[in-house]
Amino acid sequence: MLFRVLDKSEFHRLIDLFLESHEVIGPRRMDVRRDGRPVYQYLPVARFADLDLEYDTTEHSAKTYFLPYRENLSTFRFQDEDWVQDISYRLQPRAIVGLHACDINALLKLDKVMAREAFPSPYYISRRRNTFIVGIDHPPCEGAFCHSLGTDTVNSGFDLFLTDLGGRYFTAIDSDRGFAALQRVEAREVTEKDTADYLGVRRRIAAGFGEHLDVRQLPNLLDIEFESDVWEKWGGKCLSCGSCAMVCPTCYCYGVSERVSMDFRTGAKVKQLYSCNLVDFAEVAGGHNFRPRRETRLKYRYYHQHRGFVEAHDEPKCVGCGRCGRTCLAGINPPDVIRDLLAEEARQ
Amino acid sequence: MKPLLHPYDVTLENEINEPLSFNHKTQLKHVDRTFKAEISSVIRLTDKEKLFHIRLIDRAERERFSFLPGQFVMLELPGIGEVPISISGSNSQRGFIELCIRQAGVVTGVLHRAKPGARVGIRGPFGTYFPMGKMKGHSILLIAGGLGLAPLRAPIFYVTENRSDFRQVHILYGTLDPGQLLFDYQYEQWRRIDGVNLSLIVEKPDAGWKGPVGLVTSLLDGIEMPMDDTYAIVCGPPVMFKFVCNRLSAMGMPRDRMFVSLERRMHCGMGKCCRCNVGSTYVCTEGPVFDFWTVMNLKEAI
Repeated sequence: MLFRVLDKSEFHRLIDLFLESHEVIGPRRMDVRRDGRPVYQYLPVARFADLDLEYDTTEHSAKTYFLPYRENLSTFRFQDEDWVQDISYRLQPRAIVGLHACDINALLKLDKVMAREAFPSPYYISRRRNTFIVGIDHPPCEGAFCHSLGTDTVNSGFDLFLTDLGGRYFTAIDSDRGFAALQRVEAREVTEKDTADYLGVRRRIAAGFGEHLDVRQLPNLLDIEFESDVWEKWGGKCLSCGSCAMVCPTCYCYGVSERVSMDFRTGAKVKQLYSCNLVDFAEVAGGHNFRPRRETRLKYRYYHQHRGFVEAHDEPKCVGCGRCGRTCLAGINPPDVIRDLLAEEARQ
Repeated sequence: MKPLLHPYDVTLENEINEPLSFNHKTQLKHVDRTFKAEISSVIRLTDKEKLFHIRLIDRAERERFSFLPGQFVMLELPGIGEVPISISGSNSQRGFIELCIRQAGVVTGVLHRAKPGARVGIRGPFGTYFPMGKMKGHSILLIAGGLGLAPLRAPIFYVTENRSDFRQVHILYGTLDPGQLLFDYQYEQWRRIDGVNLSLIVEKPDAGWKGPVGLVTSLLDGIEMPMDDTYAIVCGPPVMFKFVCNRLSAMGMPRDRMFVSLERRMHCGMGKCCRCNVGSTYVCTEGPVFDFWTVMNLKEAI
């Protein structure tokens, strides 16, 4: 990996260059909670000042820019007794500025499912390749357990990655287009002092994390505790609303439905992100539901996050960003559920 | 000023421009493009089930389309919806695809009102298949319950067309009542084939029923076969194949020689939408055909 140092004024100039011809997405302060904490979201920015790079976390992940909540997979034109199918993929390049390591790690996990597995998705690949990603380091945010999942740092999946050293950014470059972008502004070579300062910042960040959550034994434990009371306890609270999946940076499941226009001339095959906690997720024609109880649906969610994905890709699907726990209306927080599972095992 | 980023057009990739085939699943393809097809023939089987002959319109696509017994397709009615349907026909049959479909929901409801000539879409084939090659030289038990004969008919065609590849062949089929027996016009044809034994059973006989009465498992009572040298394909509702497979297991058949086909909700067929997940296994790509040992290790499978 190549590194350069970018003065903040030059970074500002770089973002202005992006804004000249491309859509730029970044963390924006949208609201303030009752307790005074600000609410951030990844949204389009019109000028550099809209960006709030000191943010802790956003309510939603940046997933929607790769897997939109709703998207037409194809459209149909009906003529006489026949139809014509049209398919198009997103072509316009854009930049997302200010993604944290967890969200870039989330994209790397999505890449495995969407871009490398059987049937790579052209919808996803074209969005991914058309997105320039600028990541940024940050102090640990409250309630996150990314350090337990190894997603607090990231080595690939971005174009540029910034670490704030005061008036300048220590910048990692992971693509040719990232390198090309830096050539349009004044980026200088790294000095020994820059490296020392960078390592100091990294050490401070690493020291700021709280208690470690032991997720390594979860794949095995989830099999053993399949009939555990823990699922009754937490599943009993679940409102089956699906909010956790909506804010999750790696939840990719979906449903497809078809629509016809009012004049019957056109139709669309529409993909909409779904949630395994919704009641009809596994219901089949004829009315049989393979997971009719919310307890089994919640259990399935953990099973996919911490066992199924590990089996398929040697790593959990969860990045520990803590968004699902924060957004849950019933107060179901994954670290609490996981601690309960670990405690249950310790009792036996 | 020159823009910093250049658009990337996925449709310019070499792979995606090669003819669409869902058999090359690691290649980049227009995965949601559906083959245009027409319903060439509709055959009424029972009150609730019909057999549809589906012919791909484009000749080159039709010739390229190939599948193996046990695989399924996604059948799309543009503007209405898309459903996974296992292929009921012979894999040596070129020209049209046979789909046996029960009227059970919105899409199949519309389909049952469709007339020959209607234009539909087909994506696929998807999923795993019965390992017919591995079964060569062995005896084989083909067991279906209810609608399970729809997916079982593909391996039945394979076995009857390649009869010399197998030792003993038994087809066992059970339904609730005689009115639900599928493909009754073919029984005579199967029975006339040398060395193919077909046994039927119903739970609730009507006045005209002369055969045995009971569950499909009781048809196994009269079977004398070397179980350690026999393969089984079992299709039907989970409760049925669980009983059948446990019975076969007790009779001495290794569990990894029994093959079942699982049925789940599916919205893509390509290991993406997660709707068919059992525990953490995608039924669409790792199944629908599983050996029974694997099924026993899947949480919530049966």
